Amino acid sequence: MSDSSEPGIPAPEGPTDLIDTEYEVGQDNISMSVGPFGLDIHNPVFAISGLTIVAFVFMTLAFQESTGAAFGELRVWLTGTFDWFFLSAANVFVLLCLFLIVSPYGKVRLGGKEATPDYSYSGWFAMLFAAGMGIGLMFYGVSEPISHFSSSVADNAGAPDSWAPLGGAMGNAVEARNLGMAATIFHWGLHPWAIYAVVALALALFSYNKGLPLTMRSVFYPIFGERVWGWTGHIIDILAVFATLFGLATSLGFGAEQANAGLNHIFGIPVSEVSKVVLIVAITGIALGSVVAGLDAGVKLLSEINMVLAMLLLIFVLIVGPTVAILTGFFHNLYEYARYLPELSNPFGRTDDNFRQGWTAFYWAWWISWSPFVGMFIARVSRGRTVREFITCVLIIPSVVSVFWMTVFGGTAISQLVNDGYQAVADAPLELKLFTMLEALPMQQVTSFIAIVLVIVFFVTSSDSGSLVIDTITAGGKVDSPVPQRVFWASFEGLVAIALLLGGGLGALQAMAVSTGFPFTIVLLLACFAILKGLHSEPR
Amino acid sequence: MFKSIMVPVDLVHADKLALALDTAVNLSKIYHAPITYVGVTSSAPGPLGHNPAEYDENLAHFVSEQARTHGIETHGRTVVSHDPAIDLDDALIKAAHDIGCDLIVMATHIPNVADHFWPSNGGRLATHADASVFLVRG
Repeated sequence: MSDSSEPGIPAPEGPTDLIDTEYEVGQDNISMSVGPFGLDIHNPVFAISGLTIVAFVFMTLAFQESTGAAFGELRVWLTGTFDWFFLSAANVFVLLCLFLIVSPYGKVRLGGKEATPDYSYSGWFAMLFAAGMGIGLMFYGVSEPISHFSSSVADNAGAPDSWAPLGGAMGNAVEARNLGMAATIFHWGLHPWAIYAVVALALALFSYNKGLPLTMRSVFYPIFGERVWGWTGHIIDILAVFATLFGLATSLGFGAEQANAGLNHIFGIPVSEVSKVVLIVAITGIALGSVVAGLDAGVKLLSEINMVLAMLLLIFVLIVGPTVAILTGFFHNLYEYARYLPELSNPFGRTDDNFRQGWTAFYWAWWISWSPFVGMFIARVSRGRTVREFITCVLIIPSVVSVFWMTVFGGTAISQLVNDGYQAVADAPLELKLFTMLEALPMQQVTSFIAIVLVIVFFVTSSDSGSLVIDTITAGGKVDSPVPQRVFWASFEGLVAIALLLGGGLGALQAMAVSTGFPFTIVLLLACFAILKGLHSEPR
Repeated sequence: MFKSIMVPVDLVHADKLALALDTAVNLSKIYHAPITYVGVTSSAPGPLGHNPAEYDENLAHFVSEQARTHGIETHGRTVVSHDPAIDLDDALIKAAHDIGCDLIVMATHIPNVADHFWPSNGGRLATHADASVFLVRG
């Protein structure tokens, strides 16, 4: 007698358009033992990814000057030559997402017509925000609006050597402020989140509705067919691992430098290699604890803690800062963003080369190089949502939060500079701008401490979710691979960061990680096509 | 003596379960206790199904095979976990509690050095579950 219809069994998933393939998740995996640990890894993605990363680290350490120059020039060449391509592609992603919200495809539910969401809105939102851009908001929330404002109002605004957006507003502080906020929000609003949304939606659709493994190659099934299980797919997955690990490791290295500068500024802790290595070890250690505690007890919990802390800091600055100006500024900045959006996103016929290539194209390449990681993580936690809900929550709400964040932090800093003549906030180095802004507000010891904790925990939430993603890709899309594998990737990331920090080469490899944004832009454009094709065949 | 037996199964590695499955069947016959086979899966596609519903069908097939082959009363239960590699023990402890079983029969590996700092699933279950736990080394 058999009875499997008991409590604990999920509700029927409803009809979906499964892809009929002979491929079975994990069929190319090899199970092996390394000492006492059992492993279940994809052959050859795991080995090639690991060995190539080691080879690149050694090459960068051994030939520092030449690799540094080569990767740096490659990045500048790509964002300089193909700026129109990055800008055009990002516009396509935004338009596709907006179309999906209003089109009948919005009704398709990820995981089947009757699937129920795996996570509540708050947990889901906390995780996608913490993985997506939390740390960037900490560093650029103050510095970027100030930079754009300063370059826009400067005497050389509009000249070829100026970094001002759209030619700036020489001498006009009001318009420079509008332009500065609009340009910052442009870089942190709809476009980056559309990039993440495209990757995440493609992965979720092809895994939960089409039944393919949760790994990058699955998105390309409609284009390459069964070839995605061969070398075509191996290369896509290896590239995704590569971009993710180098993106995370170099950010971790730079993050340690920035956190060290912050700790030095507040507590007088010396800036030294020892301090930085201790910070990397501590961040990696917490990330290890988080991945071993699992998605719910580790990653989600930390993301939620971080979300609460970030909200507290935001509310505090809102209350003690120029409250009315910030609140009215929020709507004003939204308006300015909408007003400047067509010009800022226009890829052709512009003269602000430094801004368009050095800021916008660089940002787009950066977001795109992070998109396999963030997209895959968002996909992992988004089952059960409709496409409309998904895009609204991954595109619209985070964009609005970004606008609010930039208004509170950037707006307050610009007010300090313009209204109070607090020049220090403009003169401070990038990593200290946030702390310099907080210094001018009450209770700066407490708020600066919270800011440091936020910086560190945001790194942890990127590091742990990134390790989970790399682990899943290198296990052929299996999400239940043995725990030592995720421990390996989290530790490996920390070791790569330490090696690059001590030996030099953080900048070189970060430039290379950002350069992977170029091939991934092509990949993402193909993913747009795959999404439309995939959604078309789904029951609505 | 025992009224209900739970057997956690990892159907991907069913070949390694033979001894534990036989032990459970024999105990079921001795005590006339039904067996509930419990499988833990994630919502992502895996080797045993594109989604939890398909996984559940596979488990149901296995469960009915056991009943037919051995002439015992069997049940199946699929537990969906967000992160099965980590949440397995807790999911099984909860399943044992929900089923109300008084004996868990489970396959486990021969202890090695890793068990000193990384407790085995069977070890954790024996420490934390409400029921008696019979660990079968395979």
